Amino acid sequence: MSYFANIPEAPADSILKLSVQSKADPSSNKVDLGVGAYRDNNGKPWILPVVSKASSRLATDPGFNHEYLSVGGLPALTGGAQTLIFGQNSRAIDDKRVYTIQTISGTGANMVGAVFLKQFKRPENAAVYISKPTWGNHRSIFQTAGHEVREYRYCNYETLGLDIDGMVADLRAAPEGQIIVLHACAHNPTGIDPTAEQWQQIADAMEERGHFPFFDCAYQGFATGDVDRDAYAIRLFVARGFELLVAESFAKNMGLYGERTGCLHAVTRSADLIPAVSSQLNRLSRATISTAAAYGAKVAGTVLQDPELYKEWLDNMAEMSSRIKTMRDALRDKLVELGTPGTWDHVSNQIGMFSFTGLSKPQVAALKEKYHMYLTEDGRISVAGLNTGNIDYAAKAIDDVVRNVK
Amino acid sequence: MLSSALRTSLRRTATSQTSTPARALATWAQIEMGPPDAILGITEAFKRDGDARKMNLGVGAYRTDEGKPYVLGAVRKAEEALLAKRLDKEYLPITGLAKFTGAAAELAYGADSSALGRVAITQTISGTGALRVGGAFLQRFYKTQQTVYLPSPSWGNHAAVFRDCGLKVANYRYYDAATRGLNLGAMLDDLRALPRGSIVLLHACAHNPTGVDPTPAQWQQIQSVVEEREHLAFFDMAYQGFASGDADRDAAALRAFVAAGKAPVVLSQSFAKNMGLYGERVGTFSIVGADAAERDRLLSQIKILVRPLYSNPPINGARIASEVLNNAPLRTEWLGEVKQMADRIIGMRTALRSRLEELGSAHSWNHITDQIGMFCYTGLKPEQVDRLAKDFHIYLTRDGRVSVAGITTANVNYLAESIHSVTKN
Repeated sequence: MSYFANIPEAPADSILKLSVQSKADPSSNKVDLGVGAYRDNNGKPWILPVVSKASSRLATDPGFNHEYLSVGGLPALTGGAQTLIFGQNSRAIDDKRVYTIQTISGTGANMVGAVFLKQFKRPENAAVYISKPTWGNHRSIFQTAGHEVREYRYCNYETLGLDIDGMVADLRAAPEGQIIVLHACAHNPTGIDPTAEQWQQIADAMEERGHFPFFDCAYQGFATGDVDRDAYAIRLFVARGFELLVAESFAKNMGLYGERTGCLHAVTRSADLIPAVSSQLNRLSRATISTAAAYGAKVAGTVLQDPELYKEWLDNMAEMSSRIKTMRDALRDKLVELGTPGTWDHVSNQIGMFSFTGLSKPQVAALKEKYHMYLTEDGRISVAGLNTGNIDYAAKAIDDVVRNVK
Repeated sequence: MLSSALRTSLRRTATSQTSTPARALATWAQIEMGPPDAILGITEAFKRDGDARKMNLGVGAYRTDEGKPYVLGAVRKAEEALLAKRLDKEYLPITGLAKFTGAAAELAYGADSSALGRVAITQTISGTGALRVGGAFLQRFYKTQQTVYLPSPSWGNHAAVFRDCGLKVANYRYYDAATRGLNLGAMLDDLRALPRGSIVLLHACAHNPTGVDPTPAQWQQIQSVVEEREHLAFFDMAYQGFASGDADRDAAALRAFVAAGKAPVVLSQSFAKNMGLYGERVGTFSIVGADAAERDRLLSQIKILVRPLYSNPPINGARIASEVLNNAPLRTEWLGEVKQMADRIIGMRTALRSRLEELGSAHSWNHITDQIGMFCYTGLKPEQVDRLAKDFHIYLTRDGRVSVAGITTANVNYLAESIHSVTKN
């Protein structure tokens, strides 16, 4: 009898399952609005031109090899990433109170931060609060790391905008000193971001209760097309004196996805805390992966450190974010044109890769069955899956299910 | 021109900076300095040393006879082939690149192994990541025992990885300091004495840090005891092909356990050294299941474990490894290069031992050539290691472990003379 005989089958990851179904669908009309990866107007993955340039440089560099990175990661990446997140004139960087460790993309950064906090958080029973809703993997990451996970209100399901009052009330009602996971920009899955004013309110409530911010930043530059605007919330919190963690991913904004390129940043109150904090982050990363993946880091580092390539990157990002914005507006306009019941402003007001359409589960199922349109059960669409070739079809499909499926 | 909202928020920020700072948690203040990493710390010290004769015998990365990192020819060709394909950078599935893991399984278990159809295998973040996924899997599903038994000594990171998984860590006797070889009797005694069904970590070949491997006959005895006590064999194979120069020979112990089918077997596999892919983080973790259905169930659970750790593994290194393993000419070229690396190392062992004997050292240095793989457990004491660093600018870990790949024809004599200096009495 096998030792493993009594291990049950685990449920498949729902988003990835969707992707498998979509790939297997032979229909020429199919529209994949599932996984959050950018697509060009032909529905194809897009290698950023600047990334191709950086890759060519690496390919022709006689010094290129596959040696181990240090535990902290590639300095060209970690240093460049720090400046990207915290700004050119960051007091925190100048004060030497930021430590950055390279990670296996955003997931790895979230997990390293989660494990670090489990070991060192005060109070020891502080829970981790995630937005309702949030990226599916957040709950899993923090629970796996051993935290109790709770939710704060975020999405107003009526207006499909931010429930700022609910959010602030929940932050105030929480016990003091909790860990709050915040999406820096382009909230996943809703696309709903706080305004600058609302970020101040959030910061006020967090300051009042002594909460600890853990920013998840997976879309810097990808949300508004402007890296500084997209980093506003993080920089606000730093300027207001918070200590915090930032999980950063280059998967979307540099299109590096499978290269698994990311960082975790820790901002402390003073430089003398950095040796201890960095040594502990290094220790726990060493026991998980030893060192992070070199290739993607070298590509990203090359782009971040070369002024011309950096500028070109900003242009590439603007191209992606503006195509997405165009599709948002187009979808909204077509739904209005069709007279689809309900209001659709939220589709163009929301920001980033995703839109929380407000479609119900039965409507989503009907879209899949009747129209070969794939989106997650919660009504989230990956806007990058829309293009000039399928936008009419998609709008009509949505119109149909909104009218005829409850 | 700033928007009014932005101006307002900046004003508020300025005000906040002069008022009482945010009531920060005392989160960071009581964090103690973490221990310095012994192995990686050697490289730091080496870098700081300005002496022209300096030698880095710390980290286990292969070096050419010129002392340079080595990008294998087969790897370069694979990279060129991949560039021409102009592939995208889309996410891999959670368990990685199937063409890679399939070929990796064949390499480890043997192309004709009956296990291939029932091995649950996932790509991992090199060997460390494989150990981590494996440890996490056992912590969650292996309820018989929750202690991993490591040979004494073992790679410095093993204990940290398994402890961070939530497992306990203990040791079985392995290295005999008197003979600088294997203490088989003690090892067998200890394995027999372990609670039934214990998790036993075994280095498949080229033991790190000692270089001491059991002979085939000794492996049979080890296998008997493991099977008798119904232990779980957790093989760590980071040097396949790199130890003897022959990939099948180096996997012989693993395959014998699997062929017998009596003990559960799990495997951590790394391509860091044998393909020189170090920083690309290429590895696998696998479990030998009873049948295909069990394999699928195991895979479903492995995916659940991996998703919160890192979602999916890196593409670059896996694609290179897949190209090398699946393309016949490249594979042949690769195996030839692995043999060359192994042969150079064996050559340096021979040269070091000869030189020490020529110098008239009173000690026995047979162990240098008896041991195998990247590392040599010289038998040097910590004080002697410290002297080597301070007086001779030669850096190795304080357990006396030398990375033989750091030795070249240009520096082997200097090394021998220095070792002789600190060991003659």
